[in-house]
Amino acid sequence: MAYRCAVRNVTYRFDDLKTLLAKATPLRSGDQLAGVAARTAEERVAAQMALADLPLTTFLTEAVIPYEIDEITRLILDTHDADAFASIRHLTVGDLRNYLLSDEVDARMLTNLQAGLTPEMVAAVSKLMRNQDLITVAAKCEVVTRFRNTIGLKGRFSTRLQPNHPTDDFRGVAASIVDGLFYGSGDAVIGINPATDHVRTVMRLVDMMDQIRQRFDIPTQTCVLSHITTTLQAIEQGAPVDLVFQSIGGTEAVNTSFGVNLALLREGLEAGRSLNRGTVGQNVMYFETGQGSALSANAHHGVDQQTCEVRAYAVARLFEPLLVNTVVGFIGPEYLYNGKQIIRAGLEDHCCGKLLGLPMGVDICYTNHAEADQDDMDTLLTLLGTAGVNFIMGIPGADDVMLHYQSTSFHDALYVRNLCRLRPAPEFEDWLLRMDLINTEGRLLPVKNTHRLLQAAGL
Amino acid sequence: MNSLPDQPDPWAFLQSHTSARIARGRTGHSLPTRALLDFQLDHARARDAVYSELERDQLVRQLKTVQEPVLQLHSRAADRQQYLQRPDLGRKLDEQSRVKLSVSGRFDLCLVLSDGLSATAINRHALPVVTRLVEEVRKQGWSLAPLCVVEQGRVAVGDEIAYALKAETVVVLIGERPGLTSPDSLGAYLTFRPEPGLTDESRNCISNIRPEGLPYEAAVQKLLYLLTEMKTRKLSGVQLKDEFDDNLLTH
Repeated sequence: MAYRCAVRNVTYRFDDLKTLLAKATPLRSGDQLAGVAARTAEERVAAQMALADLPLTTFLTEAVIPYEIDEITRLILDTHDADAFASIRHLTVGDLRNYLLSDEVDARMLTNLQAGLTPEMVAAVSKLMRNQDLITVAAKCEVVTRFRNTIGLKGRFSTRLQPNHPTDDFRGVAASIVDGLFYGSGDAVIGINPATDHVRTVMRLVDMMDQIRQRFDIPTQTCVLSHITTTLQAIEQGAPVDLVFQSIGGTEAVNTSFGVNLALLREGLEAGRSLNRGTVGQNVMYFETGQGSALSANAHHGVDQQTCEVRAYAVARLFEPLLVNTVVGFIGPEYLYNGKQIIRAGLEDHCCGKLLGLPMGVDICYTNHAEADQDDMDTLLTLLGTAGVNFIMGIPGADDVMLHYQSTSFHDALYVRNLCRLRPAPEFEDWLLRMDLINTEGRLLPVKNTHRLLQAAGL
Repeated sequence: MNSLPDQPDPWAFLQSHTSARIARGRTGHSLPTRALLDFQLDHARARDAVYSELERDQLVRQLKTVQEPVLQLHSRAADRQQYLQRPDLGRKLDEQSRVKLSVSGRFDLCLVLSDGLSATAINRHALPVVTRLVEEVRKQGWSLAPLCVVEQGRVAVGDEIAYALKAETVVVLIGERPGLTSPDSLGAYLTFRPEPGLTDESRNCISNIRPEGLPYEAAVQKLLYLLTEMKTRKLSGVQLKDEFDDNLLTH
């Protein structure tokens, strides 16, 4: 079905829903590369006007990727909850924006709404929002998850301690872990990207991190971010796996390119839960996403990259994850060209994920060939701090020496905690107090070189 | 006098285990001035590398002393800004360049040099690697296609070139995406029976070629090993990589 909008004496026509969504998307290089972006600024606003008038029920009858060829479309439509949708059924996309921003709507109402929203509805409304709208709506949401601690409570802000090393050297990894713990980082997860995806390497890293965690009785979880099939092998061979990781995307075809599907993810969830290692909860999955992955795998079906991204959240929420992390600037300038585009995308992903009920974190990051720098990361970090992001990355000096990109540092996390008066996950905060690493106001204490953490892993 | 904190943390001795920026110290919750400026300098160098240009005339002159002829080619990406946003254009040659490839003959190997994301890497490291590699290739008795220098090129441009030149294998030496402490890393991508449209799983890669990373001679030996394997087993890419890695692990 075609959609139209007249602006003065020009009538803009949009052939179908995916075209309308793509043309209504704020400018980004990936949509231009795919050839789906609006040709002019006026066409973009015309598309936004047409989108604003679209009844939400349209999304239940017109799929952006056909039901027959895509298991994620089937998942989205088959699991849609008509009861949860009932209260907004009569609204248009433009009405939905007004509703979400209205004073009456609070965290509890948004939680009740989650199962009634489809990714495409959420993507659509976000395209009508300014950055402050994305922040306002996200800040209303509260998504709390648990494994060995409690992540996502209001007034709390967590970090993934990311101790990557170019050759997976144990002492190198341990040195970064200790550095991060001294700076109060690591309550979301201590999670390493392995340099190689071999099961033996992965098992040794899992073991090593579990030993550090047990030795110092740290109320957090560890994860080696290997492919899910490698993690399944490691579990089978008895490795002490806390979280099962996987990168996911928003179309069946992009997930095929990642070597996964819904059945395999289900297997991962069941294997992770079977170990029963969580102490306060059983959220065992850790997903990473990012705008542009479907296009880069030539698996986007003409759908804009932000809508594809939000469809990935439908996959994520099926598996009740502990953490979902959008790696927003990693993919490169052909998808998000500069700081402005990265900032907007980070706020979109965070808001859309939260609306769908996900524990969203953001890897606030960029590569050296993007038109961005640490100032842009400071801006996005500050905005996400006010938006109530569940977690960010903590990397020594913001410089990942294995993946070669820049993200946020332990210092950056302290900055947001101090500025926005946010505290770590409660169990982890108690541990930091017990270890004499922070005072009761949450400020870091000076560390002596006799501190017992320095006995870690033979350092 | 500098009495404000600008010193590392007490656990700075851990730095010997990793190149990560650990134990940088803090003032309040912020980085001390020196650590901040060290980072800014590294980022500035990486940015400059992305926008660096091939010293083409000098490079071609030097390459001609190693092997002639040398073909000067250009991708369809007109400039750096377009190159960064349109990787598809960097993978294809412009019209003028395609005409230059009407060379008759069949070759064992085609060497392609391209600026990629760091012309600095090519400017600094390409000549010594090419010089040694060509020496070894001659010892093997392999025939060498004209050397090709491509401006604003991506890895896959080598497939189009080698296919047009009827070369059995291609090695693309290209500037890698600059890391914060490695603005001049050279990458080498190898493909057996290259043709337009191949993707990464058909290629093998040697990364971080530079004196502080993988030194020139080690890179040349690794290139020769992979080329020999490709020619013997008549394949490249994922299949070759898996067995190569397994061999490394068992040794």
